[in-house]
This record gives sequence, C-alpha cells and structure tokens, in this order.
Amino acid sequence: MLEKNRKIILGLGNTLNRDEGVGVHCLEPLRERLKGFPAIDILDGGVLGLDLLPLVECCSHLLILDAVDAGKPPGTVIELSRDEIPLFPRVKLSWHQVTFQEVLQFAGIRGNLPGHLRLVGAQPADTSTGYGLSPVIEQLVPELADRAVAVLKKWRLV
Amino acid sequence: MSQRIVIDPITRIEGHLRIEASLDAANTITDAYSSGTMVRGIEKILIGRDPRDAWAFTQRACGVCTTVHAIASVRSVEDALKIKIPKAANIIRNMMIAQQYIHDHVMHFYILHALDFVDVVSALKADPKKTSEIQQTISGWPNSSPAYFADIQKKVNAIVESGQLSLFSHGYWGHPAYKLPPEINLLAVAHYLECIDWQSQVTKIHTIFGGKNPHPNFLVGGVPMPIDMNSDQALNAERLSIIADSIKKLNEFIDMVYLPDILAVAPYYLEYAALGEGLGNFLTWGEFPVGDADDLSKFVVPRAAILNRDLKNLIMPDPRDPAEMKEFITHSWYTYTQGNDAGLFPWQGETVFNYTGPQPPYEHLNVDEKYSWLKAPRWNEKPMEVGPLARVLVMYASGHEGTVALVNAVLKKLNAPASVLFSTLGRTAARAIETKVFGDLLAKLYDDLVAEIKAGRTETFNGEKWEPRTWPKRAEGFGFMEAPRGALGHWIVIEGGKIKNYQMIVPTTWNGSPRDHKNQPGAYEAALVGTRMANPDQPLEILRTIHSFDPCLACAIHMIDAEGRSLGEVGTGFNIVCHR
Repeated sequence: MLEKNRKIILGLGNTLNRDEGVGVHCLEPLRERLKGFPAIDILDGGVLGLDLLPLVECCSHLLILDAVDAGKPPGTVIELSRDEIPLFPRVKLSWHQVTFQEVLQFAGIRGNLPGHLRLVGAQPADTSTGYGLSPVIEQLVPELADRAVAVLKKWRLV
Repeated sequence: MSQRIVIDPITRIEGHLRIEASLDAANTITDAYSSGTMVRGIEKILIGRDPRDAWAFTQRACGVCTTVHAIASVRSVEDALKIKIPKAANIIRNMMIAQQYIHDHVMHFYILHALDFVDVVSALKADPKKTSEIQQTISGWPNSSPAYFADIQKKVNAIVESGQLSLFSHGYWGHPAYKLPPEINLLAVAHYLECIDWQSQVTKIHTIFGGKNPHPNFLVGGVPMPIDMNSDQALNAERLSIIADSIKKLNEFIDMVYLPDILAVAPYYLEYAALGEGLGNFLTWGEFPVGDADDLSKFVVPRAAILNRDLKNLIMPDPRDPAEMKEFITHSWYTYTQGNDAGLFPWQGETVFNYTGPQPPYEHLNVDEKYSWLKAPRWNEKPMEVGPLARVLVMYASGHEGTVALVNAVLKKLNAPASVLFSTLGRTAARAIETKVFGDLLAKLYDDLVAEIKAGRTETFNGEKWEPRTWPKRAEGFGFMEAPRGALGHWIVIEGGKIKNYQMIVPTTWNGSPRDHKNQPGAYEAALVGTRMANPDQPLEILRTIHSFDPCLACAIHMIDAEGRSLGEVGTGFNIVCHR
C-alpha cells in the first residue's frame, strides 16, 4: 500500500487555451510565496488525465487549482470542498478524454481520495486557443494564490 | 421531416470529433457526417527543422498513445536516408509497439467501450455469488470470490448514494439497449476498476526503453537505450527482470480478464454483429518487421489492402506510389493550389488552412460544403477502414496461425460465420484478438532480445549516417506504423539537411474522414448508416459503433464542470444532444 502523506498543490489546465490554464498560471506566484515550505510540492498537472491518479492517491493534502465552469460570471472565484467536487467521467468519444473529475472518481471508488482535498478555481472568461490569460482572469491570479495560501493555513501546513 | 442528431463532446471550445446523423421517421440513420473540429498543424511546425528531431514533435500529436508518431517519424527518416537499425534496436522497438497495443486496447475497452454495453447501475442488483460462479467458469482470475464482488458492489453503491458521483446520471444507464444480466454487469464493473491498477504496472517497458512515459525517447538509427549488463545506466539484468515481470502481468490480464470478458459480453449483443461496418475496404501498412523495415515478407501483420470484403484477394498497396495514395480536401477546410477536387500524394502534400465553417457555437455544419479539419485520404481513390479489424482480417486471410486459431475459436463460441467480423462487434472482438496475438508476440520478442544479448549482439544504434554531410541533397521517405487505431503513415521530404515537406496520415484521418471529391463517405460515416436508435435523445447506438473504432483525439481540454450539467445543449425543435 502506498503511503498517503504527500502535500501537493496541483495546478491543472491547458495553457494553450488561455483561461483554461489558470490553475497552472497560479503556480508561479505560489512558488514564490511558499519558498520556505519545501514539504509542499507545487506541481503542474497540465492535462495528464489518468497519469495523475498516483499523485492524487499518495496525498494526505491535495489542493487543486483549476478553471471551473459553474455557470457564474467570468472571474468568479469558486472554492469547492472535498464533498462538493462532482466526480464523473461524462460521455466521451475517445478514452483519451479522461477528465480530472474521472481521476477523482477512480480515487474515490478505490477509497483513496486524500483526507484533505479542496479546489480553488475561477470561472474563465476566454477559453479560445491562444497563450496568456484574459485581463479579468489575469487580475484574479493574486487573489487565487491568496485563497490557496489560506487553505494551506487552515490545514496548518504553513 | 428528418431530424439531425449531433454528438460533439466539447462544445464550449472547439471540439475534436463531431458526429452529425440524420434519422428517418423510424429513427434509423440515413446519413452520417464525421467532422474533426480541431486542426493539427504539426506538419507546418516541422518545415525547416532537422529531420532527426521530427519524432519529438510528431509524438506530441497525442498525449496518450505517445510512441506511435515517434516510431513512424524515425522510420520515415531512416527510409529516406537508407539507414538500417541494429537487430536489438528493432526488437526493442517492436516490444514497445506491442506493449502500446496491449495497454491501449485494454484501457480503451474498460475505460470507454465497455460502458457502452455494461450498465453500471444494474450491477448493484447482481447476486455476488452468481457473479463469482461466472468468473470462476470463464477464467482462473484470482479475484473471484463472492466477498470480492460484494465489496465492489458496496464501493459503487456508496458513491451512488453520496450523490456526488454523477457518473451514474451521465451515462445512459437503464437505456433499453443494455442487455447484460446484472451479474455480468458486476463482473465488468469489477474489471473496469481493476484495470486502473493493472495499467500503472505495465507501462514500465516504455519507461525503461524510452527513459520516461508518457512520451518516451526515440532515436533515428536505433533506440536511445544502450545494453550493458554491467551498467546501471543501461539495459541490464535488473531492468530486464522488471520487463519480464511486466510482460507477465500484461498477458495474465489479457488471458484471464479481457478476452474472457469479451466472450462473456458478446453473446448478448449479437445484433451488433450485423451492423456497424460500412465500407468493406480495409488497409494495413503492416507491423512488427522481424528483419529490415523494408523486408515486407517478414512482417507479423502483413501490409495489405482488402476490397469489398474479399478476403481471398489480398492486394499489396504501395505507399510510395503517387497514383495510389492521395488526400482530398473537397469537404475539408484546406485549399490546394491545383483546386478543390485535386488529390495530392503526401510527398507533394499541401497544408494550407481555409476555414469556411460556421462560427461556434453553431447548430449544424453545412455538409454540402467543407465540414472537417480532417482531409480525406484515399487508396486508389477508395475510402478504407484501418485498425484492429483491418489487421485481424489481413492476418486471418494470410493464414497467421495464432490469429486463425483465435478467430475460429471466437466464431465457434458465438456460433457464427466469419461474415460477422464485418461489424461493430467484429471490430471490438478483433481488438481483443489482436491484443492476445501481440501479447504472445511480446513474450517471444523478450526471448529474442535475451538471445541477442547472450550472443553478444548488443548494439542498439547505427550512427553511420548520423551526420547530415553523409546525406543526399534530397531524399524522400515513408514511415509506417500500425498504431493501435490503425495504419499510420508519415511522408517526409528532406532537402539540404532540413525537412522540406512532412505529411502525416493518421488512422483517425482514414476512419473519421469526411466525404471526398466523389462524395464517398469515410469509415465512420458509412458505418453508422442503417443503425436504428431506440431513443435519439440518448444516442448510445452511435457511441457503440464510433467507440468500436477507438477514435484518437488530442486530449487537451478538461475544465472542471461544477454543476455536472450536460454542456452545450441547444434546442432547435429537433433532438440535439451535445455532450462535453
């Protein structure tokens, strides 16, 4: 049985689709702010899909940063607790379309969801193909990083 | 009035594959259209680059089946520059290819395709004792006790009851087209969960030979992994034993889980043995060269074309013949300098984008005009199906011993003639059959590699033509690869040491191709015609056939949906079903 003791901040998303990559864009400021805490791993999960399952399953604490479609106005910050994140795979045409939510579903069924799990994200404004964030999301990055640090504080990791 | 169903998994952004199907009054599909809604463009990125680097770019065409474009690429360069790779390197590549097939096919079945036939919610009604009896009858797989299946049921039930797992509200559970008894549903759900553990243990062949996974490293002229029993930087005894163990685990799962499951599920879906194959034409570029890559007589999967389902007449296709191989763009968002109905041989291929489709979000594509980013590749101006069914038919028709035995055993079990192979079920069975064939081959390749090492032939790289000054001024090459989804070809033109032109014709371009200059449909489009839908709002029947092809789409977009809604539903009065 693998040990579940890692503390991971996982930024998700495709930085080629602008705001879709907001989770990854939050990692750099967090690296700056968490320099004194080497026990916290700050990782870019990109769009790795199922390959992220071992990372999810080895955590005691997992903080996910990602774009979230909650049907809210663009730029709305969304925070979801362990029990609020919907876990489902969706109808897909290719098995390559395994979503991160399906990864969480697998971890859930297998009884391996991290004890401390939280998602901090934002409703995107622009997910078209291209580099960089839209202005509204770009401005939001420091706040998202603050929210992430607040979660870590609540978990008594910082 | 006919209605049009749309399945487009990613509607907020550009999707990747979109299926539109017209139904008659009895809900039978009369016409289907397949559209690739995202452009690849890697060919353009490659122009002017060093051909020895091309594999690293091309394998980014996909984030999951990451070896296939690298292998096709290095083979195209080796073909152009007449480079022969050492035998050990060839065996190592073949092993990586075999592992890719097995991993990919098993995951495709359990993660995607099985759920088209398996009703997860029904599994909750199963008697675990009966499931245990079924498991113990069909194979010697150790996870077979009533307690084991009861535990699986409990885990699934806990998540259903939590309400958090909308897995069960987003499938088409309870759809009348689900036919399995609850006990077999439970069996399959257990294996769906088991394959997750299995897959994490079996990618080690790629990690060891290629240094990492996904996206292992490759090398023009051989493989980047040296063999040295006394080095911890090379392929040594310890790593060989990890590989041997990995092969054992791969094959156990095929023999005791995957194949038996297919045989347990198939009898309930025999109607899919009569539909879902439309073209009757099949193509393979061939795979597993035993000797030199150009010695076609020694391929395990022969290079061949089949026309009109005629298995008695295998034709040898020539991918280097401009008269045979052409890509058309009549219905694709490109322009050719020679005009809209011209067909171009890949060495003379052009990649000039010309999007004339509607601005998203849109209801329907205008299928009378251009409607896809996929070109329409044609062999002798004919659309061809590629993939597991094509390979198994070619191996079966050419008398490959293991394939013939397996195909006959499956047909006997289903009490059906060979003609049932030309179907959705035939395609799904062919995938399992070739997985077994390639699993056995992988074990043999391992022995071959060990024999080479024992004989002291440990060279894995031929550097004779590494330096560009040794190359001709101009060279043209073809790199083949039977990717899990089918025949993949890379055509390269090298001039002055750089890439002058590069064209990739990938399996999903063959199978998912739009109509061509003669208005001939592609394989998906032809396969769907005649399928009757029980409920057009839940197009399960379409998914079954499309999934049986195992579409390969770049997996690039995955945003979390907080509400668990079905996205992008647009009402028009007709039934439009769009799913992310």
